[in-house]
Amino acid sequence: MSDRIPVTQIDPKAAGASLHADSRRDLETTDLYEKRKKIYVKKVLGFFQRIRTFTLYFFLGAYFLTCWVSIDGQQLVHFDLPERQFHIFGATFWPQDFTLLAAMLIIAAFGLFFVTTLFGRVWCGYTCPQTVWTFIFMWLEEKFQGSRNARMKLDQQAWSKEKVVKKGLTHASWLLVALATGMTFVGYFYPIRDLVPDFFTFSVVSGWAYFWIAFFTIATYLNAGWLREQVCIYMCPYARFQSVMFDQDTLTVAYDPERGEPRSGRKKSVDHKAVGLGDCIDCGMCVQVCPTGIDIRDGLQYECIGCAKCIDACDNIMDRMGYDPGLIRYATERELNGKPSRLLRARTIGYGVALTAMIAFFAYFILNRSDLVLDVLRDRGALYNTAPSGFIENSYLLQISNKTDVERTFQVEVTGALDFQISGKTTITVAPAAVASLPVAVEVDPETIQQSNYELEFTLVPDDMTSQAVHTQSTFLGPIAR
Amino acid sequence: MSTFWSVWISVIVLGSILGCAWLILATRKGERFKDSTEETTGHSFDGIEEYDNPMPMWWLKLFWLTIIFGIIYLIIYPGLGTFKGVAGWTSHGQWSDEIVAADQKYAPLYAELAAQDPEQLMNDEEALGIGQRLFANNCSVCHGSGGRGNVGFPNLTDDEWLYGGSHEKILETLLNGRQALMPAWQDALGAEGITQVAHYVRSLSGQKNVDETLAQAGAAKFQQNCVVCHGANGEGNEAFGAPSLSDSIWLYGGTQNIVEMTLRYGRKGRMPNFEEVLGEDRLYVLAAYVKSLSQQK
Repeated sequence: MSDRIPVTQIDPKAAGASLHADSRRDLETTDLYEKRKKIYVKKVLGFFQRIRTFTLYFFLGAYFLTCWVSIDGQQLVHFDLPERQFHIFGATFWPQDFTLLAAMLIIAAFGLFFVTTLFGRVWCGYTCPQTVWTFIFMWLEEKFQGSRNARMKLDQQAWSKEKVVKKGLTHASWLLVALATGMTFVGYFYPIRDLVPDFFTFSVVSGWAYFWIAFFTIATYLNAGWLREQVCIYMCPYARFQSVMFDQDTLTVAYDPERGEPRSGRKKSVDHKAVGLGDCIDCGMCVQVCPTGIDIRDGLQYECIGCAKCIDACDNIMDRMGYDPGLIRYATERELNGKPSRLLRARTIGYGVALTAMIAFFAYFILNRSDLVLDVLRDRGALYNTAPSGFIENSYLLQISNKTDVERTFQVEVTGALDFQISGKTTITVAPAAVASLPVAVEVDPETIQQSNYELEFTLVPDDMTSQAVHTQSTFLGPIAR
Repeated sequence: MSTFWSVWISVIVLGSILGCAWLILATRKGERFKDSTEETTGHSFDGIEEYDNPMPMWWLKLFWLTIIFGIIYLIIYPGLGTFKGVAGWTSHGQWSDEIVAADQKYAPLYAELAAQDPEQLMNDEEALGIGQRLFANNCSVCHGSGGRGNVGFPNLTDDEWLYGGSHEKILETLLNGRQALMPAWQDALGAEGITQVAHYVRSLSGQKNVDETLAQAGAAKFQQNCVVCHGANGEGNEAFGAPSLSDSIWLYGGTQNIVEMTLRYGRKGRMPNFEEVLGEDRLYVLAAYVKSLSQQK
């Protein structure tokens, strides 16, 4: 900031002349919107592609199979919206537990930031559903329409029976995968063991289930079949704001210009170092395999989703040329500049601490979550009333939420500074996973009342003693004895 | 909505839509120099070059789609001032449709319950649960969530009933409401008479702090004026809703001051009718619940 802008003498005549020259140049109108250029992605095999295949199997398996697992008739993961109960791996969450979801989302966000700072866009490249489904669709495309060159040729051809069949099969297979995806998604909200038979016999109870299946089918088909890299480039907010998590020590897919340049084609037999050439043979393979259509040799670009296809493609070529692999590789900016990269730095420590704190917070709340809730609503209509016995009475409505899957019986007790007594019923049985209300009246001898209000505490004691008693505070109002 | 505001809103809404359309058209094209490269427009100033990064075409199409959607929406639904929209949708209409649908869904359930014997309902946990929810929503404001009443609002748990405690009578109370009337006696009895009658009335339920001579004097006046409704011994009369004075249950309070006040100015208790609010079948279940409150031990 302290650098001064150097003063320069501008010759008005010369400046005018350059402006003049500018105005004589030919202007043309240009469209500020462009048609999408279709990207034909070449298939490639290699180490990182195998890693992706495995992660893909794992996550897809988890997604498609988890909803089919049932234990004692209870789907392992079931978001039961009509009942407002969320069954996740044996635990039942109620809307009151919503803060846990917030904590979980914060953990997910910090986890993402942490990983991004260290390893760049591994989320995008290996696990993001947009990538995963796009890769499945590209695989299907290749099965029905052939290699990159075959697909390009097919698109240029006039419509023929062969083209209709190939294109038709591709889109049909895409739609099938999309339908399975949509049904599975809805299957986490509507028991999937009922949904699938109901769907094919047109007897799904809820019209919304049809709507959401259609919605997710169409969204999957369009996103993975048609939009693909457009989602990453123009829609995804993460793609844009991840640049703030990057620093010089972040692992990115990078081309090593020191080693590669000057690039040029050559015969394998030529000793390229002797003729002053770099390792890059300019075969363009890294461009052909890129699912977002960029040239990694231009440096780090926001379009790059870090899928490492170019790394595998280039390594294959290097191997064939007899050069060392890693002309394109996972590297940090510092590493490319010949300096060692550091793992521990302000960003990683900061994100790490935040992440650990949130996980600890989450674990604490999960472990201390009570499966029993007592809410006390003091009657709003009256301050107090006088029982026939002359005792002063306050009325309360106790709402007891039993979050377990068994019927439970509870004993209600009340304690406070005075000799509070409950008149009427003090036991209540609550059905499994239900909320029951118990109106109670608390009475006390008016002679003992010294102040206009008292704190009192309701205690709910489970008869089976399977969980701890819960306590809830409320207020008792009464007239001061004179 | 007056015509002015209707026009005002319509002009702003349509103006915004047309303005957006104009903006899309006006910013559709840009200029570039023919001799510039693929990546830049050729504009440069102070060594800063303008890059040529066009937006995707589908983005432009989405803009047009939102405009078309907006126009179709404004034709179907209300949005342009007082124009109602061709679908005739209103929030009130949607609400009443939901009410009709809910009634259709629940009516058979209540009809089934209303066909049962009250005794049966009083032993049916599920029916009592329904009754409790109806009570909490409709009755608890005055009678308290547990039905234990309040000053001027009878306690429903003590099995003492102003108008009769059979299921049939409770249902009648719920259906038609009740209007109680205790006349004001200050002109007829005078200040002294009021004090005397109040002492006598309190003596009926065996209260201890009663002045015997005043009560004696009050007894004669009571026989003259009060027995028509409250009975010779103050036992009350369910036909008029006249409370029994011989028990310790007091609707407005049983101290000397309050009884005098009741005598002096009278009382007008009112129980609203609920037939239109809830309908007979629901009230039948509710009456069983109210009855069950007084049977708890």
